[in-house]
Amino acid sequence: MEFRNDQPIYLQIMNDIKMDIVSGKIAPGDKLLSTRDLALAIKVNPNTIQRVYKELEAEEICFTKRGMGTYVTEDEAVIQRTKEELADKMVEDFVTGMKKINYSVDAIIRKIKNDKEGEA
Amino acid sequence: MAAMVQCVNIHKQYLQRKALSNINLKMEAGKIYGILGPNGSGKTTLMKIIADLHRQTSGEITICDQSPSYKTRALVAYMPTENFIYAWMRVRDAISFYDDMYQDFDRAKAEDLMQFMELDMKQKVSSLSTGQRARLKISLTLARRAQVYLLDEPLNGLDPVSRTKIKETIIEQFSEESTMLISTHLVLEIEQILDYVFFMNHGEIVIEGEAEALRMERGKSVEEIYTEVFSHA
Repeated sequence: MEFRNDQPIYLQIMNDIKMDIVSGKIAPGDKLLSTRDLALAIKVNPNTIQRVYKELEAEEICFTKRGMGTYVTEDEAVIQRTKEELADKMVEDFVTGMKKINYSVDAIIRKIKNDKEGEA
Repeated sequence: MAAMVQCVNIHKQYLQRKALSNINLKMEAGKIYGILGPNGSGKTTLMKIIADLHRQTSGEITICDQSPSYKTRALVAYMPTENFIYAWMRVRDAISFYDDMYQDFDRAKAEDLMQFMELDMKQKVSSLSTGQRARLKISLTLARRAQVYLLDEPLNGLDPVSRTKIKETIIEQFSEESTMLISTHLVLEIEQILDYVFFMNHGEIVIEGEAEALRMERGKSVEEIYTEVFSHA
Protein backbone atom coordinates (compact mmCIF):
# COMPACT_ATOMS: atom_id res chain seq x y z
CA MET A 1 0.00 0.00 0.00
CA GLU A 2 1.24 3.46 -0.88
CA PHE A 3 0.84 6.08 1.81
CA ARG A 4 0.51 9.81 1.54
CA ASN A 5 3.02 11.77 3.49
CA ASP A 6 0.87 14.38 5.11
CA GLN A 7 -1.38 12.11 7.16
CA PRO A 8 -0.89 9.53 9.89
CA ILE A 9 -0.84 6.04 8.43
CA TYR A 10 -3.64 4.78 10.67
CA LEU A 11 -6.06 7.37 9.23
CA GLN A 12 -5.19 6.35 5.70
CA ILE A 13 -5.77 2.67 6.44
CA MET A 14 -9.06 3.49 8.19
CA ASN A 15 -10.14 5.41 5.14
CA ASP A 16 -9.25 2.52 2.86
CA ILE A 17 -11.29 0.07 4.91
CA LYS A 18 -14.24 2.49 4.96
CA MET A 19 -14.05 2.79 1.17
CA ASP A 20 -14.09 -0.99 0.83
CA ILE A 21 -17.11 -1.24 3.12
CA VAL A 22 -19.07 1.56 1.48
CA SER A 23 -18.32 0.33 -2.04
CA GLY A 24 -19.43 -3.17 -1.08
CA LYS A 25 -16.02 -4.76 -1.58
CA ILE A 26 -16.35 -5.86 2.02
CA ALA A 27 -19.92 -6.88 2.93
CA PRO A 28 -21.75 -6.09 6.18
CA GLY A 29 -20.98 -8.77 8.74
CA ASP A 30 -17.76 -9.81 6.99
CA LYS A 31 -14.76 -10.70 9.11
CA LEU A 32 -11.75 -8.45 8.66
CA LEU A 33 -8.22 -9.81 8.47
CA SER A 34 -6.51 -10.39 11.80
CA THR A 35 -4.28 -7.59 13.02
CA ARG A 36 -1.13 -9.44 12.10
CA ASP A 37 -2.36 -10.62 8.71
CA LEU A 38 -3.38 -7.14 7.65
CA ALA A 39 -0.10 -5.75 9.02
CA LEU A 40 1.77 -8.29 6.90
CA ALA A 41 -0.34 -7.68 3.82
CA ILE A 42 0.34 -3.95 3.76
CA LYS A 43 3.63 -4.08 5.67
CA VAL A 44 2.92 -1.80 8.57
CA ASN A 45 3.41 -2.11 12.30
CA PRO A 46 0.78 -4.39 13.92
CA ASN A 47 0.22 -1.70 16.57
CA THR A 48 -0.95 0.63 13.81
CA ILE A 49 -3.55 -1.90 12.70
CA GLN A 50 -4.64 -2.39 16.29
CA ARG A 51 -5.26 1.32 16.47
CA VAL A 52 -7.17 1.23 13.15
CA TYR A 53 -9.51 -1.46 14.46
CA LYS A 54 -9.95 0.33 17.77
CA GLU A 55 -10.89 3.58 16.07
CA LEU A 56 -13.23 1.81 13.61
CA GLU A 57 -14.87 0.21 16.60
CA ALA A 58 -15.25 3.57 18.32
CA GLU A 59 -17.02 4.82 15.18
CA GLU A 60 -19.20 1.68 15.33
CA ILE A 61 -18.15 0.67 11.83
CA CYS A 62 -16.68 -2.54 13.19
CA PHE A 63 -17.16 -4.68 16.25
CA THR A 64 -15.09 -7.32 17.95
CA LYS A 65 -16.29 -10.76 18.89
CA ARG A 66 -14.13 -11.86 21.75
CA GLY A 67 -11.51 -14.30 20.63
CA MET A 68 -13.02 -14.44 17.15
CA GLY A 69 -11.84 -11.28 15.45
CA THR A 70 -13.12 -8.01 14.07
CA TYR A 71 -16.28 -7.83 11.95
CA VAL A 72 -17.95 -5.19 9.80
CA THR A 73 -21.16 -3.74 11.19
CA GLU A 74 -24.46 -4.97 9.81
CA ASP A 75 -26.13 -1.68 10.63
CA GLU A 76 -27.08 -0.09 7.30
CA ALA A 77 -27.54 3.32 8.91
CA VAL A 78 -23.91 3.33 10.02
CA ILE A 79 -22.74 2.34 6.55
CA GLN A 80 -24.88 5.05 4.99
CA ARG A 81 -23.51 7.62 7.44
CA THR A 82 -19.96 6.54 6.59
CA LYS A 83 -20.71 6.86 2.90
CA GLU A 84 -21.96 10.43 3.43
CA GLU A 85 -18.86 11.31 5.42
CA LEU A 86 -16.56 9.96 2.72
CA ALA A 87 -18.50 11.80 0.03
CA ASP A 88 -18.35 15.06 2.01
CA LYS A 89 -14.63 14.71 2.42
CA MET A 90 -14.06 14.01 -1.28
CA VAL A 91 -16.21 16.94 -2.35
CA GLU A 92 -14.39 19.18 0.09
CA ASP A 93 -10.98 18.12 -1.24
CA PHE A 94 -12.13 18.54 -4.82
CA VAL A 95 -13.66 21.96 -4.29
CA THR A 96 -10.58 23.15 -2.40
CA GLY A 97 -8.44 22.09 -5.35
CA MET A 98 -10.69 23.80 -7.89
CA LYS A 99 -10.83 27.01 -5.88
CA LYS A 100 -7.04 27.10 -5.94
CA ILE A 101 -7.23 27.40 -9.70
CA ASN A 102 -9.90 30.11 -9.38
CA TYR A 103 -13.06 28.16 -10.12
CA SER A 104 -16.18 29.46 -8.42
CA VAL A 105 -18.71 26.94 -7.12
CA ASP A 106 -21.02 27.81 -10.02
CA ALA A 107 -18.22 27.33 -12.52
CA ILE A 108 -17.38 23.99 -10.92
CA ILE A 109 -20.98 22.83 -11.22
CA ARG A 110 -21.15 23.97 -14.86
CA LYS A 111 -17.94 22.14 -15.62
CA ILE A 112 -19.11 18.91 -14.07
CA LYS A 113 -22.40 19.09 -15.96
CA ASN A 114 -20.68 19.75 -19.28
CA ASP A 115 -17.94 17.16 -18.79
CA LYS A 116 -20.26 14.42 -17.60
CA GLU A 117 -23.17 15.00 -19.98
CA GLY A 118 -22.13 12.35 -22.45
CA GLU A 119 -21.53 9.73 -19.79
CA ALA A 120 -24.99 9.58 -18.24
CA MET B 1 4.56 0.61 31.41
CA ALA B 2 7.89 -0.62 32.71
CA ALA B 3 10.82 0.07 30.44
CA MET B 4 12.66 -2.94 29.03
CA VAL B 5 15.63 -0.83 28.08
CA GLN B 6 16.41 2.43 29.79
CA CYS B 7 19.36 4.73 29.16
CA VAL B 8 19.89 7.73 31.39
CA ASN B 9 22.43 10.37 30.45
CA ILE B 10 24.69 8.03 28.54
CA HIS B 11 28.00 9.46 27.43
CA LYS B 12 30.63 7.65 25.43
CA GLN B 13 34.03 9.12 24.84
CA TYR B 14 36.68 7.51 22.68
CA LEU B 15 40.20 8.82 23.17
CA GLN B 16 39.83 11.99 21.15
CA ARG B 17 36.29 11.76 19.98
CA LYS B 18 32.94 12.13 21.65
CA ALA B 19 30.73 9.32 20.33
CA LEU B 20 27.58 9.76 22.41
CA SER B 21 26.42 12.50 24.69
CA ASN B 22 23.48 12.81 26.97
CA ILE B 23 21.48 9.91 25.55
CA ASN B 24 18.16 9.31 27.28
CA LEU B 25 16.12 6.53 25.80
CA LYS B 26 13.35 4.26 26.98
CA MET B 27 12.01 1.18 25.24
CA GLU B 28 8.78 -0.55 26.23
CA ALA B 29 7.46 -4.02 25.46
CA GLY B 30 5.45 -4.45 22.28
CA LYS B 31 6.97 -1.51 20.47
CA ILE B 32 9.37 -1.17 17.56
CA TYR B 33 11.78 1.74 17.78
CA GLY B 34 13.77 3.33 15.01
CA ILE B 35 17.08 5.03 15.46
CA LEU B 36 17.61 7.20 12.44
CA GLY B 37 20.70 9.12 11.55
CA PRO B 38 23.53 9.42 9.04
CA ASN B 39 26.66 7.30 9.13
CA GLY B 40 28.80 8.14 12.12
CA SER B 41 25.97 9.60 14.19
CA GLY B 42 26.43 7.05 16.98
CA LYS B 43 23.71 4.51 16.19
CA THR B 44 25.98 1.48 16.28
CA THR B 45 27.83 2.65 19.39
CA LEU B 46 24.55 2.96 21.24
CA MET B 47 23.43 -0.49 20.13
CA LYS B 48 26.70 -2.00 21.21
CA ILE B 49 26.34 -0.48 24.65
CA ILE B 50 22.85 -1.96 24.97
CA ALA B 51 24.25 -5.29 23.75
CA ASP B 52 27.02 -5.13 26.39
CA LEU B 53 29.77 -5.04 23.76
CA HIS B 54 30.86 -1.52 24.68
CA ARG B 55 30.80 0.28 28.00
CA GLN B 56 29.53 3.81 28.37
CA THR B 57 31.91 6.40 29.80
CA SER B 58 29.19 7.65 32.11
CA GLY B 59 25.46 7.31 32.66
CA GLU B 60 23.14 4.51 33.63
CA ILE B 61 21.69 1.76 31.49
CA THR B 62 19.37 -1.06 32.45
CA ILE B 63 18.04 -3.98 30.43
CA CYS B 64 15.01 -5.59 32.07
CA ASP B 65 16.06 -3.85 35.29
CA GLN B 66 19.62 -5.21 35.21
CA SER B 67 22.90 -3.57 34.37
CA PRO B 68 24.49 -4.93 31.19
CA SER B 69 26.41 -8.14 31.86
CA TYR B 70 26.65 -11.68 30.56
CA LYS B 71 23.17 -12.13 32.06
CA THR B 72 21.61 -9.40 29.94
CA ARG B 73 23.41 -10.73 26.86
CA ALA B 74 21.14 -13.75 27.15
CA LEU B 75 18.15 -11.40 26.86
CA VAL B 76 19.41 -9.32 23.96
CA ALA B 77 19.52 -10.47 20.34
CA TYR B 78 21.88 -8.15 18.52
CA MET B 79 22.39 -8.24 14.77
CA PRO B 80 25.51 -6.31 13.76
CA THR B 81 26.06 -4.85 10.32
CA GLU B 82 29.07 -7.06 9.66
CA ASN B 83 28.91 -10.54 8.23
CA PHE B 84 29.70 -12.32 11.46
CA ILE B 85 28.86 -15.84 10.35
CA TYR B 86 31.90 -17.98 9.55
CA ALA B 87 32.34 -18.39 5.81
CA TRP B 88 33.21 -22.08 6.08
CA MET B 89 29.85 -22.93 7.61
CA ARG B 90 26.85 -24.21 5.75
CA VAL B 91 23.43 -22.71 6.54
CA ARG B 92 22.61 -25.67 8.79
CA ASP B 93 25.93 -25.28 10.66
CA ALA B 94 25.08 -21.66 11.36
CA ILE B 95 21.76 -22.79 12.81
CA SER B 96 23.47 -25.38 15.00
CA PHE B 97 26.00 -22.77 16.09
CA TYR B 98 23.22 -20.46 17.23
CA ASP B 99 21.41 -23.37 18.83
CA ASP B 100 24.54 -24.12 20.88
CA MET B 101 25.22 -20.48 21.71
CA TYR B 102 21.79 -19.30 22.81
CA GLN B 103 19.38 -20.97 25.18
CA ASP B 104 16.47 -19.02 23.78
CA PHE B 105 17.12 -20.15 20.20
CA ASP B 106 14.12 -21.80 18.56
CA ARG B 107 15.46 -24.27 16.03
CA ALA B 108 12.10 -25.09 14.47
CA LYS B 109 11.41 -21.42 13.96
CA ALA B 110 14.84 -20.95 12.40
CA GLU B 111 14.16 -23.77 9.98
CA ASP B 112 10.80 -22.24 9.03
CA LEU B 113 12.46 -18.89 8.48
CA MET B 114 15.13 -20.41 6.24
CA GLN B 115 12.39 -21.84 4.10
CA PHE B 116 10.58 -18.51 3.92
CA MET B 117 13.87 -16.80 3.06
CA GLU B 118 14.56 -19.45 0.43
CA LEU B 119 17.87 -20.46 1.92
CA ASP B 120 19.15 -23.95 1.31
CA MET B 121 20.39 -25.74 4.44
CA LYS B 122 23.26 -27.27 2.51
CA GLN B 123 24.51 -24.06 0.98
CA LYS B 124 27.87 -22.70 2.10
CA VAL B 125 27.91 -19.29 3.72
CA SER B 126 30.85 -18.31 1.49
CA SER B 127 28.71 -18.89 -1.60
CA LEU B 128 25.73 -16.83 -0.41
CA SER B 129 24.97 -13.52 -2.11
CA THR B 130 24.87 -10.30 -0.10
CA GLY B 131 21.06 -10.47 0.07
CA GLN B 132 21.13 -14.11 1.14
CA ARG B 133 23.66 -13.40 3.88
CA ALA B 134 21.49 -10.60 5.21
CA ARG B 135 18.49 -12.93 5.18
CA LEU B 136 20.46 -15.58 7.06
CA LYS B 137 21.65 -13.08 9.65
CA ILE B 138 18.22 -11.71 10.41
CA SER B 139 16.62 -15.17 10.47
CA LEU B 140 19.12 -16.36 13.05
CA THR B 141 18.61 -13.24 15.13
CA LEU B 142 14.81 -13.37 15.05
CA ALA B 143 14.74 -17.11 15.75
CA ARG B 144 15.91 -16.28 19.26
CA ARG B 145 13.11 -15.74 21.75
CA ALA B 146 14.82 -12.71 23.17
CA GLN B 147 13.44 -9.81 25.19
CA VAL B 148 15.29 -7.12 23.28
CA TYR B 149 16.12 -7.18 19.56
CA LEU B 150 18.71 -4.81 18.13
CA LEU B 151 18.93 -4.75 14.34
CA ASP B 152 21.73 -2.63 12.97
CA GLU B 153 21.00 -1.56 9.38
CA PRO B 154 18.94 -4.62 8.41
CA LEU B 155 18.11 -3.33 4.90
CA ASN B 156 21.32 -1.71 3.74
CA GLY B 157 22.60 -2.67 0.33
CA LEU B 158 19.85 -5.20 -0.31
CA ASP B 159 17.70 -5.88 -3.34
CA PRO B 160 13.96 -5.07 -3.13
CA VAL B 161 12.90 -8.71 -2.73
CA SER B 162 15.22 -9.25 0.22
CA ARG B 163 14.10 -5.98 1.79
CA THR B 164 10.44 -6.99 1.49
CA LYS B 165 11.10 -10.42 2.94
CA ILE B 166 13.00 -8.94 5.86
CA LYS B 167 10.24 -6.43 6.60
CA GLU B 168 7.63 -9.18 6.48
CA THR B 169 9.67 -11.30 8.84
CA ILE B 170 10.03 -8.46 11.32
CA ILE B 171 6.27 -7.84 11.30
CA GLU B 172 5.43 -11.51 11.56
CA GLN B 173 7.96 -12.49 14.22
CA PHE B 174 7.74 -9.49 16.49
CA SER B 175 6.21 -10.44 19.82
CA GLU B 176 4.35 -8.14 22.19
CA GLU B 177 6.46 -9.30 25.08
CA SER B 178 9.66 -8.07 23.45
CA THR B 179 10.99 -4.75 22.26
CA MET B 180 12.97 -3.91 19.13
CA LEU B 181 15.39 -1.22 18.03
CA ILE B 182 16.18 -0.83 14.33
CA SER B 183 18.89 1.50 13.11
CA THR B 184 18.82 2.80 9.58
CA HIS B 185 19.18 5.73 7.28
CA LEU B 186 16.79 4.14 4.76
CA VAL B 187 13.87 5.79 6.47
CA LEU B 188 11.29 5.50 3.73
CA GLU B 189 11.73 1.73 3.62
CA ILE B 190 11.09 1.17 7.28
CA GLU B 191 9.06 4.02 8.74
CA GLN B 192 5.74 2.20 8.41
CA ILE B 193 6.82 -0.45 10.86
CA LEU B 194 8.16 1.90 13.52
CA ASP B 195 6.14 2.94 16.56
CA TYR B 196 8.60 5.47 17.83
CA VAL B 197 11.65 7.15 16.34
CA PHE B 198 14.83 8.73 17.60
CA PHE B 199 16.74 11.01 15.25
CA MET B 200 20.41 10.92 16.03
CA ASN B 201 23.08 13.36 14.97
CA HIS B 202 26.65 13.78 16.18
CA GLY B 203 26.04 11.42 19.08
CA GLU B 204 22.92 13.12 20.35
CA ILE B 205 19.21 12.49 20.04
CA VAL B 206 17.91 15.60 18.31
CA ILE B 207 14.24 14.69 17.78
CA GLU B 208 12.13 11.87 19.14
CA GLY B 209 8.48 10.92 19.17
CA GLU B 210 5.72 8.54 18.13
CA ALA B 211 5.97 8.16 14.36
CA GLU B 212 2.25 8.83 13.85
CA ALA B 213 2.32 11.87 16.10
CA LEU B 214 5.28 13.33 14.19
CA ARG B 215 3.43 12.82 10.88
CA MET B 216 0.34 14.48 12.32
CA GLU B 217 2.13 17.45 13.91
CA ARG B 218 4.31 18.23 10.95
CA GLY B 219 2.17 17.02 8.07
CA LYS B 220 5.20 15.17 6.77
CA SER B 221 6.45 11.63 6.55
CA VAL B 222 9.22 10.63 8.92
CA GLU B 223 11.47 10.46 5.87
CA GLU B 224 10.73 14.07 4.95
CA ILE B 225 11.43 15.15 8.51
CA TYR B 226 14.68 13.23 8.34
CA THR B 227 15.69 14.97 5.11
CA GLU B 228 14.81 18.33 6.60
CA VAL B 229 16.79 17.75 9.78
CA PHE B 230 19.88 16.29 8.19
CA SER B 231 20.20 18.43 5.09
CA HIS B 232 21.35 21.20 7.44
CA ALA B 233 23.52 18.90 9.49
